[in-house]
Amino acid sequence: MSSSPDLAANVPAPSASLQAGLARSLLGLALRGAARLAKMLAVLLAIAIVNFLLIHLAPGDPATVLAGQSGAADPQFIAQLRHSFGLDRPLLVQLWLYLRHIAMLDLGTSYTQDRPVLGLILDRLPATLLLTGAAFAFALIAGIALGALAARRAGKATDTAVTILALAFYATPIFWVGLMLVLVFSVWLGWLPSFGMETVGAGYRGLDHWLDVGRYLILPALTLGLFYMAVYARLTRAAMVEVAGQDFIRTARAKGLTEGRILRRHILRNALLPVVTFAGIQAGQLIGGSVLVEAVFAWPGIGQLAFNALLARDYPVLLGVFLCTAAMVVVFNLATDLLYRLIDPRMAP
Amino acid sequence: MQDGITRRQALAAGGLAALGLMRVAEAEAAGIAPKRGGLLQSVITPEPPILILGVNQQAPTLEVGSKIYQGLLEFSETLEPKPLLAKSWEISADKTRYTFHLQPGVLWHDGEKFTADDVIFSIMQFNMTLAPRARAVFASIKSATAPDPMTVVLTLAQPFEPFLLMFDVTATPMMPKHIYDGTDYRTNPHNQTPIGTGPFQLDHWQRGSFIRLKRFEKYWKPGQPYLDGIVYRVIPDSQSRALALQTGQIALTSGNDIEPFDIPRFRAMPTLAIETKGWEMFSPLAWLELNNRVKPLDDVRVRQAISHAIDRKFIAERLWFGTAKPATSPIASTTRYHDPAAHLQDYDPKKAMALLDEAGLKPGAGGVRFTLRHLELPYGEVWTRLSEYIRAALGKIGIALTMESTDPGGWASRMSNWNYDTTINYLYQFGDPTLGVERSYVSSNIKKVVFTNTEGYSNPEVDALFAKARVAPDTASRRKDFYAVQKLLIEQVPVVWLIELTFPTIHKKTLHDVITLGTGVQGCFDDVFLA
Repeated sequence: MSSSPDLAANVPAPSASLQAGLARSLLGLALRGAARLAKMLAVLLAIAIVNFLLIHLAPGDPATVLAGQSGAADPQFIAQLRHSFGLDRPLLVQLWLYLRHIAMLDLGTSYTQDRPVLGLILDRLPATLLLTGAAFAFALIAGIALGALAARRAGKATDTAVTILALAFYATPIFWVGLMLVLVFSVWLGWLPSFGMETVGAGYRGLDHWLDVGRYLILPALTLGLFYMAVYARLTRAAMVEVAGQDFIRTARAKGLTEGRILRRHILRNALLPVVTFAGIQAGQLIGGSVLVEAVFAWPGIGQLAFNALLARDYPVLLGVFLCTAAMVVVFNLATDLLYRLIDPRMAP
Repeated sequence: MQDGITRRQALAAGGLAALGLMRVAEAEAAGIAPKRGGLLQSVITPEPPILILGVNQQAPTLEVGSKIYQGLLEFSETLEPKPLLAKSWEISADKTRYTFHLQPGVLWHDGEKFTADDVIFSIMQFNMTLAPRARAVFASIKSATAPDPMTVVLTLAQPFEPFLLMFDVTATPMMPKHIYDGTDYRTNPHNQTPIGTGPFQLDHWQRGSFIRLKRFEKYWKPGQPYLDGIVYRVIPDSQSRALALQTGQIALTSGNDIEPFDIPRFRAMPTLAIETKGWEMFSPLAWLELNNRVKPLDDVRVRQAISHAIDRKFIAERLWFGTAKPATSPIASTTRYHDPAAHLQDYDPKKAMALLDEAGLKPGAGGVRFTLRHLELPYGEVWTRLSEYIRAALGKIGIALTMESTDPGGWASRMSNWNYDTTINYLYQFGDPTLGVERSYVSSNIKKVVFTNTEGYSNPEVDALFAKARVAPDTASRRKDFYAVQKLLIEQVPVVWLIELTFPTIHKKTLHDVITLGTGVQGCFDDVFLA
């Protein structure tokens, strides 16, 4: 079923033509890869240009913000700042310089913090990836498990319970969930810390450090993950119920396969495609999707960096974060496509 | 994780703190002896971009930076100068020569000696280049000399009575010449590792998470500071900050950390003290800014009517929950030369409507006389509530406001371009009307820059009074001029003054001597202790 007709036709052919065929298909693969890469870069370039222009369209610039926040200013102060930020040049010149710099992987220097933007982003990236990664894993595992459970007991009490739970988390605003979790687990029960990423000044090392971080991670990761968990649970349940009613499942059952094997190999695998699609979308948001949760839980991630940069009109930082987020989305789209083929070989072109 | 206090020590400190709590009342009566040790957990909002004073003068930068850097002087709650890096000073009889004698034995955090060269560099170069406030005043310094390494003599072109107020750390921090001389101050690589003379030095800054300061062991006051260190946590959400204070994870909040509507619940907590002192140097005065160029706001009767329509007591008590005071004058009551007899238009909507009628602005359809745009101040929820109150209050006398919201960058930009009808604004007064009040009303300062005379008010009489008071050498004649200008401005209503802000400082009662200066939490904290 999976071997293509021309490959089958190639089998009895002489070895020279086999090599030529192989070379041709390798070349085709390389070409397709190059085309794909070029497309990705073009998308990134377009995003960079649009970001740049959009940011400069907003009224106000970093110099006026700084003047506004320092409580006193004179025209010389503002001119000084604009000049040192290079904002006194024509916009197109600024755009050209910006593109030239990012082509050399130089994201510039923060206006307000006077540090390289790449360093600022890399400083914050691990915290965000830890948070969003944990939330992602939690959402995926718990969501699929709950969905599978509900599908297996379709129509029974367990199914109803899971469906209601999923609906509740799907419909509840994320910050409200966060505040409630804090209220229950930090204020009433006192089990978990309500903000930050580690116990400052505790001096933990090695495993103790990670356990400490883990305690701080639970509430924000739950808050961020519950919504997606609900989505995955609903998707998995719906897809599994649909697949379970199809003919090939009846065939599998008639062959005498065990229910567990049917569930894992035949139903779940076929039902996973919509879940993977959605997971691909969520994964693309791993960097940018946690601004709110980071703010509520004082999690020192990239969301906070972007938010502060936005308020301060720190263009290089903001553009840097945007670009990284965009790159992440593009990469995860590619990864999702590859994963499709792994799960369902029919998807191969 | 970094070195520091172990968990056990932290727990022990917590236990001690609880003990201290019980004996606080009796101990306070007996006068508690300062105790060495302890880590102060505080919060900073928003996170400062950099800690170098002068390069950045935002409030959070000042709050942290004032522990690292120091000025020549500091100022009491009545704005009297107190010695700091200058142990004494003299002023010549003609009020133009200032001689500062420096504190001996002061070291920078990198071990270098602090000398008169640093002082002259800080005044004449560093702050002169970077800080608009310093530039405006120090431009009139005729000469700055150091007869010996411990003495600085500054000679002014003409007398300037508020001159000493410029030597607080918040106006003119002392910066190390050996690090900054001949470099671009804004991009100096040492900007990531501040070097000051203050009681605390930067230990570790985990961006987005916390700034930790540790005791500078070679601080020039023997035995001080008492605290081992200070941790400033970065908590962006105001409800999370309130929670941290409530659960005791934070021992000190200040400024805008806690929203005014949360204050009543903290007043009820016996373990916490709430102070509104410590803002005398800044005396932030909030007003409804009226663009005097926009019709009909160019009519003084309309401006007076708006002033009559607003119930300032309501704002102070119901929006700020008693942490603000109704304004009575363009010069705040804690600023020098405030006229205690001054008072603004009474709350009297009937009179307001009569004034509008007199100005020929009769109510049209739906009782609306005219419509104005109102730009909200994007600095937190309480300001939005204030704008909503003003819309309601002005609605009652037939002035309709269309609300417009923006972010800090957009607000500053629109102010700079005079692109607004009405907005809320608040400005620091810096202790003296010449330093912090004059700039908002004199016509020479009508500029396309935020925090100038953006409302475009122009009155030669006002200009003359401020100009006279600026150079008058003695307090008596300055007082006369300032009292006159207050009377004139109150009658003219260039802007509608609303409230004097006093941002509450909330701290655990186990934390002592927090507010001892007119600069409050922007003091150096070398005498703060936990007991």
